[in-house]
Amino acid sequence: MAKKSAEELAKKHREISIAEFFEKNRHLLGFDNPRRSLLTAIKEAVDNALDACEEARILPEINVEIIQLSDTRFRVIVEDNGPGIVKKQLPKIFAKLLYGSKFHKLSATRGQQGIGISAAVLYGQLTTGKPATIISKIASADKAYQIKLKIDTQTNSPDIKDDQEIEWPGKEHGTRIEIDMEAAYIRGRQSVDEYLKETAIVNPHITIIYTNPDAEQLIFPRASEVLPPEPKEIKPHPYGVELGRLIKMLQITDAKTLQQFLTTEFVRVGAGTAKDICQNSALLPKTKPKKINRDMAENLFKGIKKTKIMAPPTDCISPIGADLLEKGLRKEINAEFFCSTTRPASVYRGNPFVVEAALAYGGEQPCDKSVRILRFANRVPLLYQQGACAMTGAIQATSWKSYGLQQSRSSIPVGPCTMVIHMSSVWVPFTSESKEALAPYEDIIKEIRLALQECGRKLASFVNKKKKIKDEAKKRSYIEKFIPHVAEGLKEIMGFDDITKMKLEDDLAQILEHTRGELKEIKINNPDYDPELAKIGREPVEVKKNDDGEESKEESNKDKQTKLN
Amino acid sequence: MAKDNQVVEKIKEIAQEVFTKIRKIESPELTMPIRSLTNVAYDEKEGYFKILNRLKTRTLTASTIKTFAQTLKMMNLSKELVKTEDIATKREAYYVSKNWGEARFKEQPESDSVMDDIEAMMRVNREQIGFIPEEKGGAVAGELVVIDKDDQGEKLEIDCTRFGSGAYSVPSSVEHLSFKTKAKFVLAIETSGMFERLNKHNYWKKSNCILISMGGVPTRACRRFIRKLSDENNLPVYVFTDGDPYGFGSIYRTLKVGSGNAAHINQYFCVPKAKFIGITPQDIVDYKLPTHPLKDVDIKKIKDLIKNDPFIKHYKPWQKALNQMAKMKVRAEQQALAKHGLNYVSEKYLPDKLKDQKTWLP
Repeated sequence: MAKKSAEELAKKHREISIAEFFEKNRHLLGFDNPRRSLLTAIKEAVDNALDACEEARILPEINVEIIQLSDTRFRVIVEDNGPGIVKKQLPKIFAKLLYGSKFHKLSATRGQQGIGISAAVLYGQLTTGKPATIISKIASADKAYQIKLKIDTQTNSPDIKDDQEIEWPGKEHGTRIEIDMEAAYIRGRQSVDEYLKETAIVNPHITIIYTNPDAEQLIFPRASEVLPPEPKEIKPHPYGVELGRLIKMLQITDAKTLQQFLTTEFVRVGAGTAKDICQNSALLPKTKPKKINRDMAENLFKGIKKTKIMAPPTDCISPIGADLLEKGLRKEINAEFFCSTTRPASVYRGNPFVVEAALAYGGEQPCDKSVRILRFANRVPLLYQQGACAMTGAIQATSWKSYGLQQSRSSIPVGPCTMVIHMSSVWVPFTSESKEALAPYEDIIKEIRLALQECGRKLASFVNKKKKIKDEAKKRSYIEKFIPHVAEGLKEIMGFDDITKMKLEDDLAQILEHTRGELKEIKINNPDYDPELAKIGREPVEVKKNDDGEESKEESNKDKQTKLN
Repeated sequence: MAKDNQVVEKIKEIAQEVFTKIRKIESPELTMPIRSLTNVAYDEKEGYFKILNRLKTRTLTASTIKTFAQTLKMMNLSKELVKTEDIATKREAYYVSKNWGEARFKEQPESDSVMDDIEAMMRVNREQIGFIPEEKGGAVAGELVVIDKDDQGEKLEIDCTRFGSGAYSVPSSVEHLSFKTKAKFVLAIETSGMFERLNKHNYWKKSNCILISMGGVPTRACRRFIRKLSDENNLPVYVFTDGDPYGFGSIYRTLKVGSGNAAHINQYFCVPKAKFIGITPQDIVDYKLPTHPLKDVDIKKIKDLIKNDPFIKHYKPWQKALNQMAKMKVRAEQQALAKHGLNYVSEKYLPDKLKDQKTWLP
């Protein structure tokens, strides 16, 4: 083989665009198979729509539609009633990876990086060659703006194919996106149906109208007219900043002095704390940030770690709330026992976060299977990579035997139980860009475990109570079995009549009842349960062909329609 | 038959009490003496385990209701048996219970225990409430004529010398028997094997005695038979068992002073004048007998006897003997004497032992 010169080799080196990178590595974004791609595209679009509505303080109403174009080709349509997007921003938001409003701030929103929806557009383009269509209308404009977009993967920039103003009758404001893509639609646990349902469960303030490829319309009406408090944006906490980030922040800051830099760019740093940091870093507070070189920055980094700084504020996080979380679970599962808890806010790597957990036990859930785990991060359901998630790890690391579930060593417990875990944070540490699993930070796992243990203790007392009642019922039936024999024995010896014997049996029942107290019963008492909702996302349902089945389905849809009205 | 009517009356009385309580919506109770070693004391003067006053009360609750029902049912069965002058064996009673539906007994020990409770509650012997054990009382050979009745009520004389290589079998009920004998003593033997050997060698003829095989722990009938025989004819009773804790603590002790389980009737079912001639732990040494090592249950039994048995606790020589055995860690069977020849037991061992009271245990 001929030797190649360095110059020759150098010709082969060139910059890789992020779009190109993800073109080749789409699995990193959750587009690894047709089924999951459909879910990821919808998920990204819905996440964006909800964030946009909530930021604009609008009660979200999201319309999701999947149309099957051919065997493997689908059109995904997501429309919201959000504030709309100004014309200038549209192309970049939908057709430039890593363009977003959320990466540079810390607040508990669904989206973080500004990758997701552009990746969906890219995926559609890759598999069908077609552009995505976006329509958006802002309240002040008369007409809506429609644009057809592709991504130029070499430059990671939008490629506008068509753009015009159109009428959007009856729509005050909002955004609609249509993407054609290769995909597969399957019902079941990791389906779009399940995702939308779980989203509705943990976001009681939203309405989702969903039309699936079978043209069945499912409506998840909102249960609450109250928007969750607006997530507050916070600046980074000094403890959460890594050295590289710190150096970059020093370079781009507008602050004139180090002290000013520290007090303006970080949360929980006042003049006093800033001085302490400077002292611990052997740097003068008046040093110009731009003059701080790498070694000095490292001193500053170490100085920060040495200084005692108050934990970040936690009011920037709005948990769902134990009550609402439990209420959502009640809709989904017809159980005998529910409990939930919201932990106090805590901090990992300088980022505040809150963990919530809820349990549903007993009822119609199978006893011999692993418990069902529902994971949520910033109100977004996590359907994939359960095994890789820190939430699952925390469940496995908790000892459930003492709480009344079966568990072999360090595995997912077995029993008629569903566990819900929600983590809310200004920055959720996902293990990958597809945002399906939580990274196992020790502080986070600890909080999840504490939340689970809290629920576990309540569960244990219920399970014990249930067992006691069961034993008692067993004893009762035992007693009832032998009362006639006691009476019969006396009758034989004394020779009284049957009426006396019956009286005697009544007396005996009374005596034994008296000493035992009233028998409590455990019944499923769950008026919130919504069997139609619970059915969604379960194993593929055979659509009934007979008239009755069709009729009942229509009826139940009508029911929901009226609920919505 | 006055006695029997008393039993019926007593059963009715107890049932009436239970009935009245229930009608007043109060928990009914059945009260009976505790049948265990904890409720007996050894009375040296009387020579048997006397029952103490500890009672157990079976109050009707969820956990006792089955036994409660079974006790009432069993009381009724007893009432019927006494009234019709019939009898049922313990096993028959167990099978009668199979008619009781849910209240039937699963295993015979359950029905035996309820039967014993009723017996104790009435403070009578189980024959008086119509139940008899199915096991035989023991085998008898020797200079003895037992006077029984045939089914016509005719006197029947049974000569125990005339059974050849067989033996007279003690009936389950012995109260009606009387005896004619010129024998000098009674020898009660643990195993039928040893009984066979002594019978074969006509040992009873040579030493002018009555041989009785107990076949393990003596039944009530066997105890009563020996008691009557020795009382009415003023005969000493010598006991010959295996040299192990079971032979001492269960067989000999029960024959001599009664048991905890039959605490309420020990007075009649014991032989206070019985003496233990062997095999003692010292015999194992003196006669150089072949041995077996003590098992864990044997060691446990020794400890239990020394600690809990009122009879053993009363007699220092017994404690000494048991401790000696514990130290030797071995036991010896009666048949071990055959090491010195098959006739050694009748020609040497027994004559020697009977002569030397110092080698006996109380």
